[in-house]
Amino acid sequence: MAKLARKVALVGAGMSKFGNHFPVKRNPDLWIDAWLNASKSVDNGIEPKDIDACYVGNYSSDLFNHQGHLGPQMANLVGLTPKPAPRFEGACASSGIALRQAIIAIASGIHDVIAVCGVECMTELPTAGVTDVLATASDSLFEFPAGATFPGLYGTLASAHFKQYGTTAEDLMRVGIKNHENGAENPYAQMQQSIKDMMASKKKRYEEQGRDIPDWNDEFDFLKSSSNPIIAYPLRLFDCSLITDGSACLFLASGDKAKRFTDTPIWITGTGQGSAALSLHDRDNLTSFIAAREASRQAYEMSKLKPKDIQIAEVHDCFTIAEIVAMEDLGFYEKGKAVEAIRNGESKRDGSLPINTSGGLKSKGHPVGASGAAMPVEIFKQMRGVAERNRQVKFDVERALTHNLGGSGGTCVVTIYEK
Amino acid sequence: MSDIDKDFTIQNYLEFLENKKLMGSKCKDCGTLYTPVRKLCPKCNTANMEWMEMSGEGELAAFTSITVGTPYFIQKGYDRNNPYCFSIIKLKEGSMVSAQLVGVDEKNPETIKIGMPVKVKFLETEIKGETKTDLGFEPA
Repeated sequence: MAKLARKVALVGAGMSKFGNHFPVKRNPDLWIDAWLNASKSVDNGIEPKDIDACYVGNYSSDLFNHQGHLGPQMANLVGLTPKPAPRFEGACASSGIALRQAIIAIASGIHDVIAVCGVECMTELPTAGVTDVLATASDSLFEFPAGATFPGLYGTLASAHFKQYGTTAEDLMRVGIKNHENGAENPYAQMQQSIKDMMASKKKRYEEQGRDIPDWNDEFDFLKSSSNPIIAYPLRLFDCSLITDGSACLFLASGDKAKRFTDTPIWITGTGQGSAALSLHDRDNLTSFIAAREASRQAYEMSKLKPKDIQIAEVHDCFTIAEIVAMEDLGFYEKGKAVEAIRNGESKRDGSLPINTSGGLKSKGHPVGASGAAMPVEIFKQMRGVAERNRQVKFDVERALTHNLGGSGGTCVVTIYEK
Repeated sequence: MSDIDKDFTIQNYLEFLENKKLMGSKCKDCGTLYTPVRKLCPKCNTANMEWMEMSGEGELAAFTSITVGTPYFIQKGYDRNNPYCFSIIKLKEGSMVSAQLVGVDEKNPETIKIGMPVKVKFLETEIKGETKTDLGFEPA
């Protein structure tokens, strides 16, 4: 059975404000923001001299920013050159992979302390260009000629889930409504507004412009209206995560070094990574991600925990359907049963298994290569009881999980955290 | 079809498509069928394939109707008011392919039913004076 040869702790975590930052802030600026923010979270402080390597997760600075070789560039900005500075790529799971490789390197004894960087600056390109770059994470040989876009691939998966399990467009909307309610409480989120907030501001704007004020009764009315157009049926605009610039920084330390930085480290007790055929048509199952099932199987086995032991999770809601599939792939619910839990409010902040208290990729934002490093930032805060505003869960979090999916499920990284 | 003397490469698969033939490769050791073509059977770890022409019949496994398309499909004339369907087709022979689904009401995607029988339709697009053939399907 795979296990970590040494204990590994998360001793600090932070992020830049996520948003639409280009050209005011580019990759280097975003990363420095994240580094400073994470440095503040380390109880006894941390200096570059304490750190052995900088592991960088980034999807496609090559295509977004015409800049390759990001590892040493990021390391140098924070005083870590000439130490090792590799870059990892696995589409939207890039910094999840960087985190996992840092865990493995520390457990192996090669390094004692590693800074993990996740960074992506997407808005240097217009939306059509971003869509095109993202699509290169799918199969360009056989899915491109058939017209696949990323929302299109997840819309296709949603159609299969709808058919097999009776999942509905309203179920997808419930995921979005919840994640926006959480994101409204996160000062680092790109869209700090609930759907209700957005409806109110839209009505106000219409009133000021002297236009007919829409008579939406509730969020569902709004989300079924022309204000929320279809992007890739059955997915609408508010089923899709955002185009975002942002960065996150994690400090990992070996068990014996962790005490130098804090008296209350968060222990990483499980890590897993899985893969799958890049094309959906090459997979046996269109309603589940085998990479996620494999990654979580490994992580649960390593930590000796079971799905029922997990108290909160940050999962990869690049599209609302992905959160539903994640809840099932992680074993929190049986196949087809996650929607019942969502309808019952179980995944809300005050529910029995809060999911994406950060706002998720939907509301916090999705700087693709940075998302895998940003998820543990929320876990770090929730486990220490310091999540901002009103989003701290009301119980002591002892066991948590992050689920970081790459592309249309070709890669998945799952990590388990314990106090 | 085993008399076809062509290597099991992507380029040869695409050339068959240009000639309006949907081809797969079948592992002579275990019988598994691959579409698009593969040279190596990952199940057997052998490269003992034969070409097989597909019947072109199948059923709709999953689909979407896309209003914000790729540059290639925008070039083909699709847009928000003229969406197109991306689909996954399960072939009668058992394997699956990605293809555009045509001959359906893309603007009313709720009328499109998973499981419905479909047949192959090779779609020709003219770009800069050259005709390109892509894999498509339509209701049978």
